[in-house]
Amino acid sequence: MSIEVIRPGINTTFQDRGRSNLYHLGIPFSGAMDTRNLLITNKLVGNDKNDAVIEFALQGPKLKVKQNNINCVVTGNVSFTFKKNSKIYNGECYKTFDLNNNDEIDIISTNNSMYGYFSISGGFKIEKKWNSYSTHLRSKVGPNKGDKIVENDILQLNKNVKPIIKKSIDYSNSKIEFIRVIKGTNFDYFSKESQKSFFESQYQVTNLTDRMGMRLDGNKLNNIKSENIKSEGLIKGVIQVPPDGKPIIMLSDHGTIGGYPKIGVIISADYDKIVQLPPMSKIKFKMIDVTSAEKLFKLYSMETKNILNQI
Amino acid sequence: MIKNISNLGDAAIYCDFGSEVNKEINHEVIKYFKTLTSKNINGITNLAPSYNKLIITFDLDVINYKELVEKIINLKADEINETASKKKIIPICIDEEFALDIERVSKNTNLNIKEIYKHILNKDFYCYMTGFVAGMPFLGDTNKNIRLKRLETPRVKVPKGSVGITEQFCNIYTYESPGGWNIIGNTPLKVFDKNKEENPILIKPGDSVQFYEITKNEFYKIKE
Repeated sequence: MSIEVIRPGINTTFQDRGRSNLYHLGIPFSGAMDTRNLLITNKLVGNDKNDAVIEFALQGPKLKVKQNNINCVVTGNVSFTFKKNSKIYNGECYKTFDLNNNDEIDIISTNNSMYGYFSISGGFKIEKKWNSYSTHLRSKVGPNKGDKIVENDILQLNKNVKPIIKKSIDYSNSKIEFIRVIKGTNFDYFSKESQKSFFESQYQVTNLTDRMGMRLDGNKLNNIKSENIKSEGLIKGVIQVPPDGKPIIMLSDHGTIGGYPKIGVIISADYDKIVQLPPMSKIKFKMIDVTSAEKLFKLYSMETKNILNQI
Repeated sequence: MIKNISNLGDAAIYCDFGSEVNKEINHEVIKYFKTLTSKNINGITNLAPSYNKLIITFDLDVINYKELVEKIINLKADEINETASKKKIIPICIDEEFALDIERVSKNTNLNIKEIYKHILNKDFYCYMTGFVAGMPFLGDTNKNIRLKRLETPRVKVPKGSVGITEQFCNIYTYESPGGWNIIGNTPLKVFDKNKEENPILIKPGDSVQFYEITKNEFYKIKE
């Protein structure tokens, strides 16, 4: 009961909802970058919401299943094909399909987005580390010895005990015009003009983006106080500004301590969306307060629940 | 004592204990961190203690900023049980193979190599925090005479176990990683060991640390 990895794809790892309570050791949450898609993936294949999925970035893996009756699904905005009894079919995201021994799935690319997900009914036979299936590459913590999935890996599967039910949902990742941001603890380190231009000008996602962080290009932010702060904790969504004046957004695998001023923090409701922006995407920030951010999160949470209830 | 509490985004509390870096303030941070850990408050998902700040993240599905502030604002921090903070003795090899930046340090401080290590070896350092990467301890304070800036161009790869100094701090690289600290030695010990389920870090915030010199032979022996 296994899957062979013919081609690993880019940054392909096991992820779940993340690993908590280890910041003080230097270990961030990690977990699926796009939590909503993780939850949808698990629900579609009938797994628990805390089960692991395979996450890939831009290019996905090519896999060969070594077992009959494997019920699988791909989510995200992803192009893929599958080969069944030597015939090739175009795959459809958010719709489960089954594969038999020696069938293949080829996840070609994510479209206008960064991350896609793959899972199977019954889940992968992997072990939790510190109460999580998430992989943190930098500290080599998690399943698969904390490493990426590589060519020729054999992924062991759990025996699926539940009856397989074909499931699908009509869903597409929503586009966003603005990323909403709450002022950071060092907002006043920046000149009035820079504070204004941060919310008025456009930023572009650069190639320097991965699970740890996202570097932006755009108007240089002018620091009038101090280019460094005494190192302190970081959280995902924090926007730090290093001496070059170009913002960096901390993402799920971020270093847990940093010494650059924090100009803002992405609101929780927009996190799944910002992580999906591929390099070259243009974004604008919009300032909001905590109370509005909480309301938006409630709405987002409810929307997620509604989607899951439809499955 | 917490001087100021504010929000960091919509799902974290930022507790400010002051702007200086010293043992007294850091001791307060650690006390508060340990108290919160032991109270196990529903909704808290992570605690990030540092020199003089404590960041508390929470699950916005369970609790919000205002509600959690109310729960923690009047919390009395427990006195730290002194036996919980330990003295750690760390062997380091200062052979030129490992002390990658010792000449730079010597040049910039106008001290000879022997004088520099007088300020490093057999001196008590205090661990303020661990992090950035897993298990990396931030130790201090180093003697005023050996305080330097980071390298102008950070190294692409600093070897695992490297002991580095910058400003009033000293740290140990727990992984091979990029970095800009002035490297003056290397320890063969596993400062972070993920296989130790309960206790993966060797040096904890609040611990005191002393370095002692070992030969290259001893270094490789311990490494085995």
